[in-house]
Amino acid sequence: MTATQFVFLLTGAVTLGAALLVVLSPRLVHAALWLILSLAGTAVLFVLLEASFLAVVQVAIYIDAIAILIIIVIMLTRRVMIRGEAQITRNWWLGAISALIFLGGLLVLLNMMPITAIDTPPTIADTNQLLEDLGRSLVDVDRFILPFEVASILLLAALIGSIMIAWPLSTRAEGEGDQ
Amino acid sequence: MDQILGDPFGWFNQLLRSLLEGWGLSPGFTSFVLNLLGAFVMGLGVLLLTLLLIWAERKIVARIQDRLGPNRVGPFGILQTVADLVKLVTKELIVPVGADLGPYNLAPLLAVMSVVGLWAVVPLAPRLLGADINVGVLYVVSIGAISTLSILLAGISSNNKYAILGAFRTVAQMVSYAVPLVLALIVPTLLAGSMGMVEIVEEQRSIWFLVIAPVAALIFFISSIAEVGRAPFDLLEAESELVAGFHIEYSGLRFGMFFVAEFLHAFTISALTATLFLGGWQGPGAAEYPLLGLFYFGIKTALVYFVVIWIRGSFPRIRIDQMNQLNWKLITPLALVSLMVTAVVEKLVVDMGLIRIGVHLGANLLLLAITLWALRAYARAVRRRVEDPMGSQT
Amino acid sequence: MIPLSWYLILAAGLFCVGLYGALARRNALAILMGIELMLNAVNLNLVAFWRYLTPNLISGQVFVLIVLAVAASEAAVGLALIISIYRRRSTIAAEDIDMMKW
Repeated sequence: MTATQFVFLLTGAVTLGAALLVVLSPRLVHAALWLILSLAGTAVLFVLLEASFLAVVQVAIYIDAIAILIIIVIMLTRRVMIRGEAQITRNWWLGAISALIFLGGLLVLLNMMPITAIDTPPTIADTNQLLEDLGRSLVDVDRFILPFEVASILLLAALIGSIMIAWPLSTRAEGEGDQ
Repeated sequence: MDQILGDPFGWFNQLLRSLLEGWGLSPGFTSFVLNLLGAFVMGLGVLLLTLLLIWAERKIVARIQDRLGPNRVGPFGILQTVADLVKLVTKELIVPVGADLGPYNLAPLLAVMSVVGLWAVVPLAPRLLGADINVGVLYVVSIGAISTLSILLAGISSNNKYAILGAFRTVAQMVSYAVPLVLALIVPTLLAGSMGMVEIVEEQRSIWFLVIAPVAALIFFISSIAEVGRAPFDLLEAESELVAGFHIEYSGLRFGMFFVAEFLHAFTISALTATLFLGGWQGPGAAEYPLLGLFYFGIKTALVYFVVIWIRGSFPRIRIDQMNQLNWKLITPLALVSLMVTAVVEKLVVDMGLIRIGVHLGANLLLLAITLWALRAYARAVRRRVEDPMGSQT
Repeated sequence: MIPLSWYLILAAGLFCVGLYGALARRNALAILMGIELMLNAVNLNLVAFWRYLTPNLISGQVFVLIVLAVAASEAAVGLALIISIYRRRSTIAAEDIDMMKW
C-alpha cells in the first residue's frame, strides 16, 4: 500500500462518511457542517488528481460561498423544523432502495467497462502550461467561449433572480396578491 | 561559509536530511518528516510571533492616543502579552446552556487554522516558503474565507441573539468585501502572468507593483482590513453596540484563540500586501544572500503593519450602512475599472522599461483623480441636501 | 497505483448518498444539500476521467468549471426560493408545499 493509496482511502472514507452523516443528521446545522467536510474531502481528492486549480476553486466556491449561504438560510428558516418533528419522509425506505439499486447498476456498469481498470494515469506534460491553456481555452473563439459567456449570463440571471425572489414582502409593489 | 551565506536554507535542509538518512530512514519518509517539521516550525513561529505583535499594537495605539501603554510587566511591557495569556488560560471555560457543542468548539479552531494556513504560500525569502503552488493567489482567497465560516459558526452556536446578530453583520461585511479583494488580487496576477506567489515576487525584480498599480494596492489594502475586521471596520466587535458581537459567549482560551486569530490575521494581510505589491523579499542583494531577503520581507511587513495600526488609531468606526455603501458604490466599481485599465494599458504598452511604468502610473493617477472629483461632487450634493432640506423636497 | 475504478466507485457512492438525501428528507434545505452532494460526485467523476484518459487536453477541467458555476447559481436561486416560501407559507417541509396558490 503506497502513500498515495493510503491518502486516497483515508480521504475517500472521510468524504463518504461525511456525506452519509449529511443525509442522516436530524439537525440541519450539523448536516451543513458535514457537507462542508465532504466538500473539503472532494477538494483533497482533486489535489490527488493533480487538478490543483479546481481544488482551490472548489474550496472557494462551495465552502466559502454556497455552504455559508446554506447555513445562513438555515438560521433564517429555523423556527419551523424543531427537533421533535420527523426529518425523514414517510416512505424513506423507497428512497433508500432506489438509491441502492442505482448504486448497484452503476457498479455493474463500471465493471463492464474495461477502461476503468487503468492503473496508472498518464503523465502530464507541464502543469503550468495546462493552467495557462485553461485560461486561454475559456476565451478562445474556437473553443469554449460560448459556454463561458452562457455561464456568466446564467450567473447574472441567478443574481438578479435571487434578489427579486427574496425581496421582503412589505416593499413589494401593490400588484402582488397574497400577503 | 560562502555556500552557507548563499543558500542557508538549502544548506540547513541538506544537513537535516543527511542526519535523518544517517539514522536509517528512507528518502521519501525523510522528505515527509522534514516537510512536517517545517510546517510545525512555521505554525509555531507564527503563533509565537503574535505575542510580540499584540504588544507592538498596544504600545503604538497607546502612543497615538497620547498615553504610555503597557509598561509594567517586563522591560517596556514586553511580557504583558504573556501575562494576558496566562490570565486567559486560567479562566473558567463557561459554555452557555443550549449551545451547540460541535460548532461551538470548532469555530475557534477554524479561525486560527485559516490564518495560519495562509502562511503556507507566503514566500519569506528566495527559497524559503511552505508550498510552491501555482495557484497561490486563489489559495489565499479560499483559505481566507474560511475565517468567515468560523465567525458564522461561532455566532450561530452560541444560543444568544446578540451573537447571531453580530455574526450576520460580520458575514455580510466579509462576504461583501471579498469581492473587491479578489478583483484587486487579479491585478498582480495580470502583471506577473501567473497566480503563483513566487512568480509574483520574482516579477517585481525591477519595479514594485505598488508603483505600477497603486489603485489596486489601495483597494487590496482597504478590503483586507475590512476582511479582517479591524478598525475602522470593526463593527463586528462594537463594544458599544453589540456587547462584543459573535464571541460574546466565548471565555478563556477559546476567546484567546479568536483574539490571536484576529491579530495574526492583521499581520498576515500586511505580509500579503508586502508580497504582492511591495516586492516581498526583493531588495538590493537579496537574490544572492537569502537572509537579506528575509530581512527585507520583515521590514516591509512591519511597515505595512504599522500603517494598519496607525489607521486603527486614527479613524472612527464605520456604521454598517456606510460600510455597505462604501463597498458597493465606491470600492467595487473602482476595483473593476482599475482592473480594466491595467489590462488595457498592459496590452497597449508592450515594451518594458520606463514608458510602461509611466503610462501605468499615469492611468492610475488619472483614475484616482476622477474618483476623488466624483466623491467631491457627491459630498457637495449631500451637503446641499442636508443644509437646505426644504428646497430639495419637490 | 490508484485505478480509475476506485475514483469512479467513490463518485458513484457519493451520488447515491446524495440521491437518498434528496428523496428521503422533508426539509427543503436538506434536499438541496443532497443535490449539492450529487453535483459534487459528478465533478469528481469528470475530473477522474479527465486525469486518466485525456490529461493533456483541458476540456475536462472546463466542463467541471461550468458545472461548478451552474451549481453555484442553482444553489443561490434555490435558497432565495426557500426564503421566499418560508416568508409566505411559514414552512419549508417539502410535503407541505403542495399548492401553487391558495
